[in-house]
Amino acid sequence: MKILVPIKRVVDYNVKVRPKEDGSDVDLANVKMSVNPFCEIAVEEAVRIKEAGQATEIVVVSIGTSKAQEQIRAAMALGADRGILVETEDKLEPLAVAKCLQKIYEEETPDLVIMGKQSIDGDNNQTGQMLAALLSLPQGTFASKLSLADGKCSVTREIDGGLQTLELKLPAIITTDLRLNEPRYASLPNIMKAKKKPLDVKALADLGVDSTPRVTLLSVEPPAERSAGVKVASIDELLDKLRNEAKVIQ
Amino acid sequence: MSVLIIAEHDNQSLKGASLNCIAAAGRLGEDLTVLVAGENAEGAANAAAAVSGVSKVLHADNAAYAHQLAENIAPLVAELAKAYEYVLCPSTTTGKNLLPRVAALLDVQSISDVMAIESADTFKRPIYAGNVIATVKSSDKIKLLSIRSTAFDAAAADGGSANIEKIDSVHDLGLSAFESEELAQSDRPELTAANVIVSGGRGMQNGENFQMLYDLADKFGGAVGASRAAVDAGYVPNDMQVGQTGKIVAPDLYVAIGISGAIQHLAGMKDSKVIVAINKDEDAPIFQVADYGLVADLFDAVPELLSKL
Ligand SMILES: Cc1cc2nc3c(=O)[nH]c(=O)nc-3n(C[C@H](O)[C@H](O)[C@H](O)COP(=O)(O)OP(=O)(O)OC[C@H]3O[C@@H](n4cnc5c(N)ncnc54)[C@H](O)[C@@H]3O)c2cc1C
Ligand SMILES: Nc1ncnc2c1ncn2[C@@H]1O[C@H](COP(=O)(O)O)[C@@H](O)[C@H]1O
Repeated sequence: MKILVPIKRVVDYNVKVRPKEDGSDVDLANVKMSVNPFCEIAVEEAVRIKEAGQATEIVVVSIGTSKAQEQIRAAMALGADRGILVETEDKLEPLAVAKCLQKIYEEETPDLVIMGKQSIDGDNNQTGQMLAALLSLPQGTFASKLSLADGKCSVTREIDGGLQTLELKLPAIITTDLRLNEPRYASLPNIMKAKKKPLDVKALADLGVDSTPRVTLLSVEPPAERSAGVKVASIDELLDKLRNEAKVIQ
Repeated sequence: MSVLIIAEHDNQSLKGASLNCIAAAGRLGEDLTVLVAGENAEGAANAAAAVSGVSKVLHADNAAYAHQLAENIAPLVAELAKAYEYVLCPSTTTGKNLLPRVAALLDVQSISDVMAIESADTFKRPIYAGNVIATVKSSDKIKLLSIRSTAFDAAAADGGSANIEKIDSVHDLGLSAFESEELAQSDRPELTAANVIVSGGRGMQNGENFQMLYDLADKFGGAVGASRAAVDAGYVPNDMQVGQTGKIVAPDLYVAIGISGAIQHLAGMKDSKVIVAINKDEDAPIFQVADYGLVADLFDAVPELLSKL
């Protein structure tokens, strides 16, 4: 079984991103970039499936600038076998990313696609569902548990009311939630080994997908700031404030 | 302008988030159609017809739609959507699972988590865990929006008397099947609908200690939430997680207990009207957003609070 794992290069989750002075876009000058945390969980899950003897090859794919090679190498250091970079300077929308992934899927014909539920930059939470639609495949989104048997996949999903378990025919598209697993740290020998693994670079134009943007970013602004309030010295003072100043309790 | 709203429901009744979504739809047009797709969902269809402002209810009833499987409902919505200028759904896990699938079928770039409608084609949405608000303009012919419930008031659940039209179209792709569900049972209000939320973090130390927070929430008639750390540690179930990747809440009162205030947590609760933080670390970032902060050991403060309410 072959597993395809789409991963995205994003701002590290510890960075507090701010708008540029002129409000045209966010300021990403000199910030630390990483593998999107949900994608890292997707890579880890694929590696665990392979370690359990249920998969033979893990291919990671990223669509982005040549710098995304760093993230592909990072995924290889965790255990992915091979990488594909679809190189572009453009920032693609989820629909266009899904169309690229559809092409890669058709070339690679994997049995399973595991990807993140959400990129922590755009917070769209769309690409997996879109890819599943384009390929007419089942989707197991927000997965917190995954098991494979008999050409089927049982996936437990984190939904608003609790947990839901679905059975999907393979091939299927899975998107990861935080509790699916805890990704390992790459060891130094594995980081060295990753440098030698095959990484194929394709130009976006060669995929022949329509990536014309449908949505224009007009401006960005900081959210309404909350100012820090006051420190209270005791429970009595707190209750007094809540009752008589904020009037949120009786 | 005509708007199709995908109702979120449990077949018997509408979920609260649907009411916020209908209210948001009212900002875009007056011709509001609500789709109720489910199995034996007359109850939900009747509830939708009674919502103030709704002009029509489409009711698709079939076993294929019983568990809101996106594989089956997306083609139904895509087929209906062609007659509308907008398709809206709440940005809950159900909505997020479904809408992008519809969008790809229609070749549309949907817009997630809309928190403000600026004009017919321009919307605001949070990005980067809510650290930045983006204003975006859509050029798609049909606009698909998932609506952040906390940003819009709820439409009145009664006062309307819309016609209910049955939809016979059945899409059963046979790709996925429902196995089981473990839904949290609680007499407390739903997290996203509660006026008061008491949330606990890693500082709670274990699941048993959360009992204090349930007791506290009951005094307020509120709900209990948690940080990711508390959920990951197994103190409480996942549906209680508040944050960027959990639930977005905006109650009148949010009490954060033993929560440090990571940006991902703040993303889910910083629009609350009044925030109280109890933390023993006076430098915890949660104090930067708290209206009232108490630097104290929660194991002293919470019992005292309980005894004085
Ligand atoms: C991609 C991604 C998404 C994430 N999404 C979310 C999300 O949706 N929601 C979320 O919450 N987090 C999320 N996180 C995790 C987030 O970064 C933090 O790790 C998490 O919020 C920390 O939880 P905490 O505040 O309970 O724990 P900690 O940061 O460990 O804080 C515990 C706090 O308790 C206090 N404390 C300890 N003992 C006591 C005591 N006896 N009395 C009083 N105070 C005490 C401590 O001073 C400390 O401030 C996400 C992370 C990533 C990478
Ligand atoms: N540029 C990209 N390259 C590869 N995978 C991507 C890209 N953008 C999004 N994805 C995948 O889609 C998931 C969801 O992203 P999004 O829909 O943007 O929130 C991510 O976690 C990735 O697995």
